Amino acid sequence: MATKYNFKEVMNKPERLAPGHRMCAGCGGTIAVRAVLRALHEGDHAVIGNATGCLEVSTFMYPYTAYEDSYIHNAFENAGATLSGVETAYHVLKKKGKINDTYKFITFGGDGGTYDIGFQSLSGAMERGHDLVYVCYDNGAYMNTGIQRSSATPRYADTTTTPVGSESVGKLQGRKDLAAIIAAHNVAYVGQTTLLGNFKDIHTKAETAIYTPGPAFLNVMAPCPRGWRYETDEIMDICKLAVETCYWPLFEVIEGRWILNYEPKKKLPIEDFLKKQGRFKHLFKPGNEHLIAQFQEEVDRRWEDLQYNCSRA
Amino acid sequence: MAIRERFSGNEAVALAIKQINPDVMPAFPITPSTEIPQYVANYIANGKMDTEFIPVESEHSSMSATVGASAAGARALTATSSCGMALMWEELYVAASNRLPLALALVNRALSGPININCDHSDSMGARDTGWLQIYAESNQEAYDNMIQAFRISEHKDVMLPIMICQDGFITSHAVMNIELLEDNVVKDFVGEYEPEHYLLDSAQPIAIGPYAVSNYYMETKMGQRTAMKNAKQVILDVAKEFEAISGRHYGFFEEYQLEDAEYAVLIIGSAAGTCKDAIDQLRAQGKKVGLLKLRVFRPFPAEEIAAAVAHVKALAIMDRSDSFSGNGGPLGAEVSQALYNAHSDVKTVNYIYGLGGRDIRVEDFEDIYSRLERIAETGEVTDQFDYIGLRK
Repeated sequence: MATKYNFKEVMNKPERLAPGHRMCAGCGGTIAVRAVLRALHEGDHAVIGNATGCLEVSTFMYPYTAYEDSYIHNAFENAGATLSGVETAYHVLKKKGKINDTYKFITFGGDGGTYDIGFQSLSGAMERGHDLVYVCYDNGAYMNTGIQRSSATPRYADTTTTPVGSESVGKLQGRKDLAAIIAAHNVAYVGQTTLLGNFKDIHTKAETAIYTPGPAFLNVMAPCPRGWRYETDEIMDICKLAVETCYWPLFEVIEGRWILNYEPKKKLPIEDFLKKQGRFKHLFKPGNEHLIAQFQEEVDRRWEDLQYNCSRA
Repeated sequence: MAIRERFSGNEAVALAIKQINPDVMPAFPITPSTEIPQYVANYIANGKMDTEFIPVESEHSSMSATVGASAAGARALTATSSCGMALMWEELYVAASNRLPLALALVNRALSGPININCDHSDSMGARDTGWLQIYAESNQEAYDNMIQAFRISEHKDVMLPIMICQDGFITSHAVMNIELLEDNVVKDFVGEYEPEHYLLDSAQPIAIGPYAVSNYYMETKMGQRTAMKNAKQVILDVAKEFEAISGRHYGFFEEYQLEDAEYAVLIIGSAAGTCKDAIDQLRAQGKKVGLLKLRVFRPFPAEEIAAAVAHVKALAIMDRSDSFSGNGGPLGAEVSQALYNAHSDVKTVNYIYGLGGRDIRVEDFEDIYSRLERIAETGEVTDQFDYIGLRK
């Protein structure tokens, strides 16, 4: 499905998200969008969907759009259903001979629009089998409205609705495992990735997702400097540490078969990932060592579950 | 050659949809509109139409997918009732402000609570400010005829607004009546091909839909919607005239029944107009000058035309099948009163709420309403400005 990855060639492709939009410096979401859109083959058209969120309000502020392709934003909770309608219209109009071009359908949503308010709409679109790619740029909170917790927020993160205080150590619940939930829909392709090195992982997964017929889901960890409280130039280090600590493993599920894409030679302790982020600062106060230990236990348990799933192939 | 049949309102609307043969229909079942997508799915399953049906997981998604399909360049519609429309609420505004000429076959049903599956107009009346065109039907025939005219109105370049074709839940949706149908090719020629000007799947001219528009642009989009709604008045009349040419059936903003020389009149929407007509026939036989204005088009609201049509009556009962809970009557009452005030009319009015949650309104109820109007005209006093008709004692 995927063509051989050539870094120079891929990076020299024309941008499909034009510069001049209003996303923050150091935003992982924007990098994720550009990386995914680079996987579209030249000459192929696309309709880009978008749930309401940072990306939407910053890239399509009337009368300007940053998208070279056709684009539709509808509302917060319905990116899946909206693209279902667009994709279905494409097949009908093509069948009736009203259009001749080849189109691909890719929709972006943050974790708020994907894990939470748009979860039903996403589930419906996946279950019905539309030929589209849903890309979640997962920054682990409702960043557009000001860093409120989501079901993608990691345990103990300091957010504006799970604030750390004298009686609070941040969010008490662990993350929802959305990639596994979508995989349980028996879709054509699920990929989990983030922004790494020469971008081969995200590019290859995006290309596979776009060019595999049927519904596909990409979960892209996309750090947010405002919500995670890191220096903007540290984003690539943070993404790497998320993978090396096994907090954010890289994997694919192809027609129900789980594939682990990367296993660190030496799994790093979770502190290495946490300590770079202001949202976990309170965990490093004396007396909170047990919280880090609990966090580590959860990472270990999930990593083992994933290894088990991948071993069953 | 017209075809004589016996159809329920849902069958009639589904048949109109088959004859229109739209591109995409997403839908989610809800009583009493469920049969419409069922009939359509059946037509598709048997090769009678080539619409793509999307069995979505909710009404929010049915309207969202309809918006997506319409934005993509397809002729798209859905169907719903009551709480289904309430779940679509946000999307009703999105469809209208994006100027998408999609359609909704609405089978009017009371909103919860208490949960109730029967007819009233609280669903569509609640949506009166969403920017949709709204056309209502008294009978199965009218529901069918309105559906056939829908896309000609909504897709008109001067309009480009979504359209709601409303009929009364169970009363017309499930009751079987005699109906005169048009032949498939006549409908096909009348409706024509949809040729959108701007759409997502136009590779020569990619387009972005659904922007973030801040205060320096937002108000102009609303003015655009208002202008389109005003333009729709002429388009509705023009389309009705063309429809008359193929069907022999005349439509306007409203139907006047014995109104020309009436002293006492009722203004009503939907199937209860039929019951009112029976009361009028009986009272006319007794020499009473009573009449009816049955409103067909509620959005755009034909204010001047209504005021002119009832200018000569002594007293008017404005009948609402939903309550606004404003303490000041129902939605139709408020809008008709405003129309009369702006026309400097001195017609005495009352505003009665009837038929909520499927409560029957009978010929005797209308006889009572006309006698109340007579009393108001005689005494010059309005003692029951706002009242509920047919309440349990």
